[in-house]
Amino acid sequence: MSIDLILFLILAVVALATALGMLLSKHAVYSALFLVLNFATIAVFYLLLGAPFIAISQVTVYAGAIMVLFLFVIMLLGSEVLAPSKVLRGQRWAAFGLAVVLVAETVYLLVSRHAAVGVIARPDAFLNTMDSLREIGTALFTQYLLPFEVTSILLLVAMVGAIVLTKQEKGGQK
Amino acid sequence: MVDISYYILLSAVLFTIGAMGVLVRRNPLIIFMSVELMLNAANLAFVSFASMHGSLDGQIFVFFVMTVAAAEVAVGLALIVQIFKSRHSINVDEMNSLKG
Repeated sequence: MSIDLILFLILAVVALATALGMLLSKHAVYSALFLVLNFATIAVFYLLLGAPFIAISQVTVYAGAIMVLFLFVIMLLGSEVLAPSKVLRGQRWAAFGLAVVLVAETVYLLVSRHAAVGVIARPDAFLNTMDSLREIGTALFTQYLLPFEVTSILLLVAMVGAIVLTKQEKGGQK
Repeated sequence: MVDISYYILLSAVLFTIGAMGVLVRRNPLIIFMSVELMLNAANLAFVSFASMHGSLDGQIFVFFVMTVAAAEVAVGLALIVQIFKSRHSINVDEMNSLKG
């Protein structure tokens, strides 16, 4: 059992436990904090996979910006714990059954098809230097220039949309 | 040396937990978080395949997914705040205004 596999297993246990904690906590703030830990764990996975830029983006964008926004909204709305309401009968068990089916299908495909066979080598020294960053930047601004610009327009549209949605109406109709 | 199927399996299980969150929970904020978890599971699969093939394209795609997720969260949370302002409740079971 190599050190990489041991690291993977420990991190996988943490990732699954935090994901389940997110799913099962009654309190929305606890869910958000579990999810922050989950995102941090996935950032460590990215480091193991030799993607330092994505790992840092994960920490800043997901665990930082997005989850802070979530926590703000949870506390702003005071919706930490919702009152239980009437749910569809058997919905939980149906959801659990469907989830089991989804996992079983994935495992079956992985075991039976051998489609994605390959090992992930330990990231070599190249990936942990500035060179990989430089390569990502070059690819972003040459091969993927159009998607990059479209993304910037998308962010602008989202910003304008969020401002328009939460703007106070003049005249105070509400 | 870790086999890639472990990573794909972990990604699948995380995705399933996210999907269960969408199906089971009634708080739209937690449903949103579950969607983020599903996006992260997909990103993990992308990065592990990119690492297996030794190319950067998967990582760049993950970068785009992250920006789209950020945009989606900004608009979605603004929508939830507006719904709360108009109805004083964000329970998804009570959002049935369009139901006949």
